[in-house]
Amino acid sequence: MSGRLLEISGLKVHFRTDDGMVRAVDGVDIGVDGGETVCVVGESGCGKTVTAKTVLKLIDMPPGKIVAGSILWQGRDLVPLPPVAMRAIRSKEIGFIFQEPMTSLNPVYTVGDQIAETVRQHEGMSRRAAMDRAAEMLSLVNIPNASRRVHDYPHQFSGGMRQRVMIAMALSCNPKMVIADEPTTALDVTIQAQILDLLNEMKQRLGMAVLLITHAMGVVAETAQRVIVMYAGKVVEEATVHELFARPMHPYTQGLIRSIPRLDLAATEHRRLEAIPGTVPSLLNPPVGCRFAARCRHATAECSAAEPPLREAVPGHKVACIHAEAIAA
Amino acid sequence: MTQYLIRRLLIAIPSLLGISVILFTVLALAPGDPFEELATNPAVPPDVRAQLRASLGLDDPIHERYVSWLLAMLRGDWGYSFVSRIPVDQLIMQRLPTTVAVIGASQVLALCIALPVGVYAATRPYSIFDQIANTLAFVGFSLPTFFTGLLMILLFSITLDWLPFVYSTNITSSGWRWWWDHIRQAIMPVLVLGLFQGAAWTRYVRSAVLDVIRLDHVTTARAKGLPESRITMRHVVRNAMIPVVTLVALQMPAVFGGAIVTEQIFRVPGIGSLLISAILANDTPVIMAVTFVFAGLVIFFNLIADILYGWLDPRISYR
Repeated sequence: MSGRLLEISGLKVHFRTDDGMVRAVDGVDIGVDGGETVCVVGESGCGKTVTAKTVLKLIDMPPGKIVAGSILWQGRDLVPLPPVAMRAIRSKEIGFIFQEPMTSLNPVYTVGDQIAETVRQHEGMSRRAAMDRAAEMLSLVNIPNASRRVHDYPHQFSGGMRQRVMIAMALSCNPKMVIADEPTTALDVTIQAQILDLLNEMKQRLGMAVLLITHAMGVVAETAQRVIVMYAGKVVEEATVHELFARPMHPYTQGLIRSIPRLDLAATEHRRLEAIPGTVPSLLNPPVGCRFAARCRHATAECSAAEPPLREAVPGHKVACIHAEAIAA
Repeated sequence: MTQYLIRRLLIAIPSLLGISVILFTVLALAPGDPFEELATNPAVPPDVRAQLRASLGLDDPIHERYVSWLLAMLRGDWGYSFVSRIPVDQLIMQRLPTTVAVIGASQVLALCIALPVGVYAATRPYSIFDQIANTLAFVGFSLPTFFTGLLMILLFSITLDWLPFVYSTNITSSGWRWWWDHIRQAIMPVLVLGLFQGAAWTRYVRSAVLDVIRLDHVTTARAKGLPESRITMRHVVRNAMIPVVTLVALQMPAVFGGAIVTEQIFRVPGIGSLLISAILANDTPVIMAVTFVFAGLVIFFNLIADILYGWLDPRISYR
């Protein structure tokens, strides 16, 4: 356990709203090893983005609050860390790539300025050296004419190019880990593949770990080594990619995998795309017991009685469902 | 950029022409006669009066009078006052520096209040500081300047007797004393105008900063590990200045208008009081010239705003 780069355990993040406490993240454990890619999947509102942002304390506090749990970064807990120490970790040790490349860059500064700013903050470089580094980073993420384009403003780049800039920025200080929060969601499909390839390539070249937040199972299959499935603020299943796709044990994961459109079947079987019935429960008053029970076709009275713990059903495969073995079989 | 400036200045010509036509027509249609006083003066016989009118061209049709005014203006001849017989450009040059100094100082004061207070309040929304600043700002811009001006005169000039309440044009002292006397009499008008403007702008700066502070790129800046002060100054305030610059520039005409009232209260011998006395005396050349100077200032500030705008926001290009 101690060898892990990032070890989130029992993390609870709640948000105070006018209606009451929203338990956006309600006891989440995520571990990332050095050089590993871990995917966190789940539908919108399941708490995956909040989890990711909480690692760098980028959520607004208040209204957000870390109620319980620890975030161990190389053995050091980030939760009680004062802002100054937190700043030294942001970008320098953990880079962050945001979902919206169109709005995540400041429109009034050149992209070179914005990358150089990060470098100067952490490496204490001269302005010129930082600009050179920025140009280097841009060419690393395959932006043509990088040395000229560092002087361009964000509005002179397309969405995909801006996401490359964001990646360049996140990687500019050689972080040990990058958190990518749905980095391809706002992009069109052909660009999505390019950005994922770029992330994989960067990871291979620079040897950093990646925590990839996504809602697309396709992205998971393409990039991850390990997958964590989240549902309604909780982790419901965790396994290696291969294991997860071959033997999904949680009914929610099975539903997610079945809801992937499949071209090979559609032509012969005229199968309708399967959706998971129902919607995510309110996180204001989450139901007692299994939170997925209301949407689960395998649910029994037992499911709503007590919350199923996340247990290791098969070595290396954790699941939070009491019927997991029966369902998977 | 130079090309853009030249084009903007060329566009200003038709607007100035339009303004002058409207002004001239309105003044010509307005009742009143600059020689009213002479009519009651038994020493001036009616035929002399008629002769005077004819010599000044007052009986010509409006369009002829306008054309001759325009031609004179183009030659740089601003005419002279019907009342005092002093050339108009001299009158204006006497008065303009005072107005520009008082308005300029008050606007600087307003910005010095609005920027720090607005930014600080917005970075801590709903804090005690924010609540107090908001309340004071609300009170500040709800009170008209003629009211606060009178209150100040009552307090500082009459009760406490610290400051003079009438602006003096012939200060006899010299050296540092001369500067001090000038500053002393400018304090109240500058405060009244500056606090009023500052209150309005504080609210505007606060909301502009609040709009920017929740944008994604501010979170990006935070994720970069920048200190909070740098995020505020570089990534929030800079972006929030774009709408503020527009507002400040567009309010300049209103500021000049408001200054006329304040100048009356404090008897500031500025261009505003010149305009008022000229209107009361039907002194057409002076009215035309003063309003023309106002129009020119407004166009000038709009141009400044557009230039600042392009400097602040690279998405805007001068074409």
